[in-house]
Amino acid sequence: MSAQTAPGLSVAATTAALADGGSRPAAPHTRHRTSAQRVGALAWWVAVVVVAILTVFPLFWTLVTSLKPAGDILSGALDLVPRTVTLENYDRVLTEVPFGRYFANSMLLAVAGVVLNLFFGSLAGYAFAKLKFRGRRALFVTLLGSLMVPGIVTMVPSFLVLRAIPFAGGNNVVGQGGVGLLNTWWAIILPGAAGAFAVFFMRQFFSSIPDELGEAARIDGASEFRIFAQVYLPLAKAGAAVLAILTFQAGWNSFMWPLIVLNVQEMWTVQVGLASFVTDYATDYGPLMAGTVITSLPVLLLFVFAQRYIIEGVSHVNAR
Amino acid sequence: MTVTTAATAPPGRAAAESAAPALAPRPPSRQWRIQERWAWLFVALPIALFAVFVVIPAGMALVMSFTSYSVIGDSGWVGLDNYRRLFLDPYFFIALRNTAYYTLLFVPLGIVVALATALLLNRNVRVASLFRTFFYVPVVSSTVATATIWLWLLNPQFGMVNIALGWFGIDGPAWLYDSNWAMSAIVLMSVWAGFGTNMMIYLGGLQGIPPQLYEAARIDGAGWWQQLRYVVMPSLSRTTFLVSTLLVIGAFQVFDQAYVLTKGGPGNSTITLVYYIYTQGFGNLEMGYASAISFVLFAIIAVFAVINARVTGRDHT
Repeated sequence: MSAQTAPGLSVAATTAALADGGSRPAAPHTRHRTSAQRVGALAWWVAVVVVAILTVFPLFWTLVTSLKPAGDILSGALDLVPRTVTLENYDRVLTEVPFGRYFANSMLLAVAGVVLNLFFGSLAGYAFAKLKFRGRRALFVTLLGSLMVPGIVTMVPSFLVLRAIPFAGGNNVVGQGGVGLLNTWWAIILPGAAGAFAVFFMRQFFSSIPDELGEAARIDGASEFRIFAQVYLPLAKAGAAVLAILTFQAGWNSFMWPLIVLNVQEMWTVQVGLASFVTDYATDYGPLMAGTVITSLPVLLLFVFAQRYIIEGVSHVNAR
Repeated sequence: MTVTTAATAPPGRAAAESAAPALAPRPPSRQWRIQERWAWLFVALPIALFAVFVVIPAGMALVMSFTSYSVIGDSGWVGLDNYRRLFLDPYFFIALRNTAYYTLLFVPLGIVVALATALLLNRNVRVASLFRTFFYVPVVSSTVATATIWLWLLNPQFGMVNIALGWFGIDGPAWLYDSNWAMSAIVLMSVWAGFGTNMMIYLGGLQGIPPQLYEAARIDGAGWWQQLRYVVMPSLSRTTFLVSTLLVIGAFQVFDQAYVLTKGGPGNSTITLVYYIYTQGFGNLEMGYASAISFVLFAIIAVFAVINARVTGRDHT
């Protein structure tokens, strides 16, 4: 289920290679630059600053708008510093719409996704990387292949599977009669709990750790679970951290699946809440921008603090 | 979206690696059987979840596309009726046309912007990594948040886009409220929101080009453009193949933006295929029909992925 897979992976993966710096020779750091080099350097600075403004400014403007009183939003649209700073938009968002509730829901679902993906991803990823068993190859290829099927194909049937889970939500033994797991947290958590991506990601990580470590422990008589938990898992911490970050981001930002399986407003996530907010408050930009800031904040903060960690951790995975 | 992950390792390679131990002579020992038992214990739950929520639904989707399943009321086997109906459904063709328009605009633009920014940042200076962070920021925000931001940026009167166009004496269109411009606005927004990912992939590719190639080209008197044309682009053909494949697959599945910003309007100009599947399946509850459309979409994506492989990856496939 695409709900919990990470869109940012390939980014992180390729960022890895960047840590060592460019192979394309940079402008030489000599004191005597030719005027052509100076023009080139200036053009470079202009270009990167313009692109950076284009990427960062909209977010900045969103933040600024969210802090303006209703009267200033349209009349003072261009003011980059609010004439008066107010939190009234945030107040409205949190009182008129249960945004605090949405926030808690999203947090619960994203954290559950992280915990379960780490757990199942590590277990299965380890088994695929380090344990020998019949059917291993076929299973792994199936798993990998599923990453290429567009999420839309399985969307309708997944909905029906959730609806037909036996004994849940008023269902009988064959899964008929009730609503199954729809409108429960499980409808989001279960399909995303053991993402093929998490398994694949952790397998790559465990594969990069030498086999000899496990062999040595095995000779010492350690059980397979102890070898996993005490020998390999501590060495895979960096990979697990990256997986946690990517899974959190994907879970927090997922929109379509929660929109489909949760119909009770108290259960909505921030993304679904914000989307309905757009419908209801289409021109009320103050609260709208405040809601956007609240929605974006956790992942933005995570990105700011974890950026380096992602790069380091994934370079380990990609090194093989 | 999920497909992105395939980027990390070509499946062929991974499969080959995992195959090696399986072919090794099996140790007949008891220990091996114990290990196998543990292995199954480790993978049992994840595989069960995978079967229930991926494998079974994929099979169900195919079967359902031949039925008139609609949640409530009777449902029965209708053979190819859903597919036949599709070809007479004007909305399907509107959705198809809109999606094609989006894809044709989004994919080339996405490649050009990603490559250009990657070339800009491919420098061995500290500030480059700072700007890499800045350029990547839009990717982190959710599509819904991004859409909301652009709703404000694209406001016909007070939005920054039209204000900025006004500085150059251009009278900006009504964007999301104008059926001629709504889809272009969504493309613009999507490129902004997503180019960071592909920029990173391109940067990875650029790092892999040996410096000697540039030197050799320079000695031959190649200028900036010629180096780009004869050194950079050929060396990046594999990366371009990956990026364009990801973009095509993503483009055909565009939904969030259209849902949040325009709800398919104005004048049906932003109904996309996935949006149509969503409204048919979960709005009208015609799940059999929705499944049929999603299979047609799947087939279209597969065909384009193959064509794309032929065009951009001809050296490698």
